[in-house]
Amino acid sequence: MSLRIVVSSVSSDAHMWNLVYLQLLLEEGGHEVTNLGVCPPDTTVMDACRGADRPDLLVLSTVNGHGHLDGLRLIRALRADPELAALPVVIGGKLGVRGGDAEEGRRLVDAGFDAVFNESEQPAGRTLAAFGDFLARLAEEVAAPEPLVTGAPH
Amino acid sequence: MGRFAEFVRTATTAGRLVVQPRMGFGELARMRAGLTAVRDCRATTVGTITLDSYTRVGDYASARRALREGADLNGFPLLAHGAGTVRDLLREVSSDGFPVQVRHGSPLPLDLFRVMVAAGVDATEGGPVSYCLPYGRVPLPEAADNWARCCELAAGAREPMHLETFGGCMLGQLCPPSLLVALSVLEALFFHEHGLRSISLSYAQQVHLGQDLEALAALRRLASAHLPGIDWHITLYTYMGVFPRTPIGSYRLVEDSVRLAVHSRTERLIVKTPAEARRIPAIEENAEALEFADAVARKAAADCAVTNCPPPTDTGLLAEARALIEATLELGRTVGSALVAAFARGVLDVPYCLHRDNANAARAVIDERGMLSWARAGGMPVKVRERDAECTSGLTAARLTTMLTHNERRYDREDLVGSLLRGAT
Ligand code: B12
Repeated sequence: MSLRIVVSSVSSDAHMWNLVYLQLLLEEGGHEVTNLGVCPPDTTVMDACRGADRPDLLVLSTVNGHGHLDGLRLIRALRADPELAALPVVIGGKLGVRGGDAEEGRRLVDAGFDAVFNESEQPAGRTLAAFGDFLARLAEEVAAPEPLVTGAPH
Repeated sequence: MGRFAEFVRTATTAGRLVVQPRMGFGELARMRAGLTAVRDCRATTVGTITLDSYTRVGDYASARRALREGADLNGFPLLAHGAGTVRDLLREVSSDGFPVQVRHGSPLPLDLFRVMVAAGVDATEGGPVSYCLPYGRVPLPEAADNWARCCELAAGAREPMHLETFGGCMLGQLCPPSLLVALSVLEALFFHEHGLRSISLSYAQQVHLGQDLEALAALRRLASAHLPGIDWHITLYTYMGVFPRTPIGSYRLVEDSVRLAVHSRTERLIVKTPAEARRIPAIEENAEALEFADAVARKAAADCAVTNCPPPTDTGLLAEARALIEATLELGRTVGSALVAAFARGVLDVPYCLHRDNANAARAVIDERGMLSWARAGGMPVKVRERDAECTSGLTAARLTTMLTHNERRYDREDLVGSLLRGAT
């Protein structure tokens, strides 16, 4: 099952190679990617996920060490927006400046990320493998929406 | 000539390599401690204040909030601290014997220049292209206008600032040296056009010693041809791409950058640390790396007195850089307009750069000789070797990773030795 995925950095992060890499990786996995590039204002990211453009997944990638701040602000804005509150959103990269802080990841999940892939906590290889598993699960869900979601009794 | 350039000149005359960290912390006390440690370590150092990403993109409100709330920043929030605080900080730590440079990475730095001038900062860096294309979404023409005004401000300061080009780095990796050299020279010409008289030209270590030596020789030749009668020197950066993960691997790469600096008669080197691959380095890690670099520099100079220096390659890099510079300068009456026109037409084109004003038609590879070369020229007057042209068909994530981690793999080898010593396979 091919997913429609928006890949993006966050407002303060100019690192680009991570985005180039993720786009290639996801396209090779058969997914359709829109790459928003570096330093997008929050509204740019949100608008790229609205209406007919709504993707199956928003992937935020950031390595400059501000991910713990930018990610938190952006996910709060996404979750507060009725149109985007249920959009699957993940974040990954090097999210803090201390090189590995599990607390950071937990705070991001609590704020509404569906998953956090913090390379500072784990080697990049393991992070990417976990991301692969996440994509596979999401692709299954998108292909066969959970019966509970559509036919849940009130 | 201001005291930054004066310090570099004195060190050069004394046969010393000037070394400098990339260092910036959010809190004032930590920044002060960092500068003091760099000043007092056993090396010929100048100081660095590296700015945080919010300040770089002009989001001063977020920088202020982070500072207020004690949240971690990846650098020093210059504006949030303000000119008065920065002036006091510099008065305390800097001197003729320890000038300080601000490193920022902003496409629209006019606000920052106002604070730097007011605070009496000795030197800064950047450029209309090198601080635009790799650093955000600001259109190139807008960055060029903003940078022109910044240069004029810096040149008109009571103590005119020293300005270093960042054009020798671009995306940190996978950009062939001829383009890096050309961009560094073009940005120096831009600075000069807007009144600056004390300039340094940068180049970042890449993947091949001989090629880097050829590049630095070309840069020196072109700088003397294009900047007569003004004060200039060359600044080398320790590798700016994906860094080794082990301490030994990191130190090996730093060591090679020091040797490269010494063999090419480069005046100043900006050094990285073993924390590079993971996180912002601590103060002690910076001080140790600087002392290491200083020690290697002395040793390398002594080695050169006994054995021959390693030779540069001879790949026509000077001619290619010259062709890029000439093709660019033809396109406009000013250096600024020529740069904008050159990128619009793809006569300059940074491989893999996603910025909207970059053609992104050119491709670079690490070839079978271990050198950076062109695999697709785009609209640039550069040579593509036949066997490299084949390399671009189907860039995959795995192939990109292989090229990005070329130095990491080459230098991180003590893992191999470790397992041999333990008797493992
Ligand atoms: C190249 C580079 C640059 C270039 C970038 C050019 C460009 N525009 O792309 C330049 C020189 C311009 C640059 C600038 C800066 N940089 Co920089 N940079 C690097 C460097 C050396 C390599 C990054 C790289 O290219 N990696 C290759 C890509 C493919 O991999 P990656 O980014 O590591 O991402 C991998 C994983 O994290 C993961 N991943 C990433 N995102 C996601 C998302 C998901 C969902 C998943 C599953 C996985 C995932 O997959 C990738 C492949 O394994 C790193 C250090 C290093 N790694 O060696 C520092 C580094 C990332 N930079 C850093 C910083 C701080 C900056 C600056 C703020 C300057 C400064 N204060 O030092 C500015 C950024 C300005 C801004 N506005 O953000 C820090 C970040 C510190 C931290 N997190 O603690 C680092 C770690 C260096 C350091 N130790 O200080 N940088």
